[in-house]
Amino acid sequence: MSEAPKFLRPVTAPGADVGHAVHFGPDRPLALDCGRSLSHFTIAYMTYGALNADKSNAVLICHALTGDQFVASDNPVTGKPGWWTIMVGPGKPIDTDRFFVICANVVGGCMGSTGPAENDPATGDPYGLSFPLVTVRDMVRAQAMLVEQLGIAKLLAVVGGSMGGMQALQWAASYPGRVRGVMPIACAARHSAQNIAFHEVGRQAIMADPDWQGGEYQLRGTTPSKGLAVARMAAHITYLSEAALQRKFGRTLQNREALSFKFAPDFQIESYLHHQGASFVDRFDANSYLYITRAMDYFDLAADHDGHLAAAFGANAPRFCIISFTSDWLFPTAESKSIAHALNAVAANVSFVEIKTDKGHDAFLLDEPEMFGTVRGFLNALAGA
Amino acid sequence: MSAPQLQGLRPDLAAIAAMIRPGTRVLDIGCGDGALLEHLVRTKGVDGRGIELSQQNVNACVARGLSVMQGDADTDLSEYPSGAFDAVILSNTIQATERPRLVLEHLLRIGRRTAVSLPNFGYWKVRLALLATGHMPRTRNLDYSWFDTPNIHLCTLSDFLDLTRLCHASVVEAHALNEKGETRAMRPGTFKAGRLGGPNLLAPGAIFLLKKA
Repeated sequence: MSEAPKFLRPVTAPGADVGHAVHFGPDRPLALDCGRSLSHFTIAYMTYGALNADKSNAVLICHALTGDQFVASDNPVTGKPGWWTIMVGPGKPIDTDRFFVICANVVGGCMGSTGPAENDPATGDPYGLSFPLVTVRDMVRAQAMLVEQLGIAKLLAVVGGSMGGMQALQWAASYPGRVRGVMPIACAARHSAQNIAFHEVGRQAIMADPDWQGGEYQLRGTTPSKGLAVARMAAHITYLSEAALQRKFGRTLQNREALSFKFAPDFQIESYLHHQGASFVDRFDANSYLYITRAMDYFDLAADHDGHLAAAFGANAPRFCIISFTSDWLFPTAESKSIAHALNAVAANVSFVEIKTDKGHDAFLLDEPEMFGTVRGFLNALAGA
Repeated sequence: MSAPQLQGLRPDLAAIAAMIRPGTRVLDIGCGDGALLEHLVRTKGVDGRGIELSQQNVNACVARGLSVMQGDADTDLSEYPSGAFDAVILSNTIQATERPRLVLEHLLRIGRRTAVSLPNFGYWKVRLALLATGHMPRTRNLDYSWFDTPNIHLCTLSDFLDLTRLCHASVVEAHALNEKGETRAMRPGTFKAGRLGGPNLLAPGAIFLLKKA
């Protein structure tokens, strides 16, 4: 059942572990919130560490918008280190010597799981915009099928930052009996108007690129790199704080002594954003970006329960540890606190931690010792309880 | 009569623990590293929640498996529904809040019983230090310079008793603390009259169990 995943782009790091892929056929279709279903779909995933005898040490990590399953090992396509090696690995806060860590590429993604860049078995052509819209709940539904496939009845924990945190919340709402603890980090129970607005700017940048070709760029042999790069540049600003940008770049000039009086990048911050955009298009699919940003926009856990967030979580809710960062203006602390209050209202076991940092939303990916302490303590307490 | 000494628990915390009934819902505000809360969860099976400001302490609580909200008693109590807890604990914290009266009103609203411990600025050594030296007193419990102390609303035990009356609370029981933090129950006559004679002069601190009158 498990096989090697197929990536959109060639493997550049032949030594890197490519992980696994599991295919679900018409006997186990993925029913989607939009009303359609995928009767053939693949979930590509990585695992780290060993599952113990009673299968009680599995930790599912959910990745963010542009993340993938290569959380703690080199990404075979980019050759770069895993995106959360600072958090996950032997002796790390999510200790792969103790825990069996699973991380899967979300449905709609472009690192081996079924998404818009994959061929539609019905036509033999890439799905493009004919791919159904997926939601965070759909992503979690697919993960639950994978976890079941791995023979794990109950996860020790689901951990994730940003969109990964949304998935962790959705796990608690959809499958409260199948997870003992959830750690939503730097996220919210719904996407705010401001967040939707930024995503729409990114999507419009992609769709305004003539090479996007109405979403059929694969068939036409083009790549909307310019649009996708602009989308990434705009989004990247939202991941940082004003203070972090100022500290890192200020008004420092890039490789020059004086202003050029032209529009070539004068400032370091411009070069930095250009680099972020350019390196992103080498690893990410433009249509996937449209689909996954839409999934985040649609996320509103309270709306699924007549507007009452508390109703999303029942009396048998898992333990929660919610983390926010003081300088995260994309998913501000108030959003995390409102989740904690909803959980308190149903007498769930919830801890809320606000980490002081000036690194903005991206802090969850960075060296934040207090966050490491929280994560380590929460998992140890779960494993010991 | 001293509260029984519980293993590893500070005597003043042990005295508060003795006031908590098994199996109840308890909110510990300013729960520190969670020592009291963990004790209550383990030995009394309470459904315990904490609020704590310090990052280090919050992490210690999480590592103990406790449910703790990082937050501030001055701002966050308004978000808790009335009557949500059987007991609310405020241990050695009220003197560090910005609005002690508002905090106490919230405590009485949120919990059916409220346990408050506090240092006594009317303690004879404090009085004597001010009289003898002319400087703000520094004691074992309150070892800060006036300009960097977190204790911005110090009071005497009699002052606190006045506040409980302003908040329409009645004292269910009260315990005087000595310098070692050991407790001694006050006779109801001592506090029922609305005036504290001996303990206000002789005790460095006290614990009050309150309820809405």
